[in-house]
Amino acid sequence: MHFITDRKRATGLGASGSGTTRHWRLTVTSVALVALVVFFVFSFGFALGMPYEEAAAFYGRPFPAIVALLTFVVGMYHFRLGSQVMIEDYAGGATRHWLVIGAICLAYLLLAIGAFSVIALAVRPLIVPAAPLVLPA
Amino acid sequence: MVQLRLPKNSRITTGKTWPQPEGASRIRKLRIYRWSPEEGGNPRMDTYFIDQDKCGPMVLDALIKIKNEIDPTLTFRRSCREGICGSCAMNIDGVNTLACTWGLDQVKGDVTIYPLPHMPVVKDLIPDLTHFYAQHASIKPWLETSSNTPAKEWRQSIEDRRKLDGLYECIMCASCSTACPSYWWNADRFLGPAALLHAWRWIVDSRDEATGERLDDLEDPFKLYRCHTIMNCAKTCPKGLNPSKAIAQIKHKMVERQM
Repeated sequence: MHFITDRKRATGLGASGSGTTRHWRLTVTSVALVALVVFFVFSFGFALGMPYEEAAAFYGRPFPAIVALLTFVVGMYHFRLGSQVMIEDYAGGATRHWLVIGAICLAYLLLAIGAFSVIALAVRPLIVPAAPLVLPA
Repeated sequence: MVQLRLPKNSRITTGKTWPQPEGASRIRKLRIYRWSPEEGGNPRMDTYFIDQDKCGPMVLDALIKIKNEIDPTLTFRRSCREGICGSCAMNIDGVNTLACTWGLDQVKGDVTIYPLPHMPVVKDLIPDLTHFYAQHASIKPWLETSSNTPAKEWRQSIEDRRKLDGLYECIMCASCSTACPSYWWNADRFLGPAALLHAWRWIVDSRDEATGERLDDLEDPFKLYRCHTIMNCAKTCPKGLNPSKAIAQIKHKMVERQM
């Protein structure tokens, strides 16, 4: 039991002095993803079903590679911020802290895997001579 | 923190069914939440029947009729009976609203009445609003100035006064805050729609000189940014106000001073 006043309970530890930066970054990444996801779906959809060599050659071109890389980076950063907000909504105490740590690690792990894959495909033509890209008639 | 089930001692059981009035042609059935700290035990839903021909048109009229003529132990707050004081805020037919302005004819079927959701219950339909009021007090709902007090008055233009419309009308009935899922899960740290609407009312007041300090006090992921624009507050407000918009304007102001 704590004999504290209602006002002290309401004030708690006071304002942390942060929050707007995260809110702004979430907003900016949301807006960016609206455009990026459209470009990504179309470029990925174009490459979907291609033989590996052709798909690799496609992602060796700047536009699809940059779109894919940006989508991963911005998407995972958005996920990192958004998942923290969601966890803070529904979990409390030590569980909240551990889940936030887990979500941040997962976001950066997925980001690293995605970024590595796209970069590996993008720089492949510099290492392996690219097969000619055959566009559908 | 989120709780998906009510605690064991808060689960509602079936209560007493009171007899129907004799010789009535327009009978209305009301199911009302009952819990008393003196009696203890789990809360229950009592069933009452009233003759609508001998009752006023509002839900509060029915409650007063029940208290006067059927069950004097039924407990609820009421005062002005015209939507000004906010005392009779309760959950009627699943909507947080004022019993005095909610007509019996607005409810289809049985009238089901609970206290405002997710608040400790003092008795029957009376929630404990201590924390809610303390949160309101924490935003310093008064004019803060550091300039010398003018000889006559703190002047305000008509345009600046208009900015307070849609804000000053809030009657602190707590319908909005108790309809907000973010407030349900994090009421200990999130100020809730009502307190934030009042915070904006003073931030936007042209006569107030503590705008920066007020924004500093809200710069927090929980106090302000737990609002996810769900808009239950705007939907349920019995005065037709939009706390969600006020919160969005605070967020806008927060970004404005950083860019």
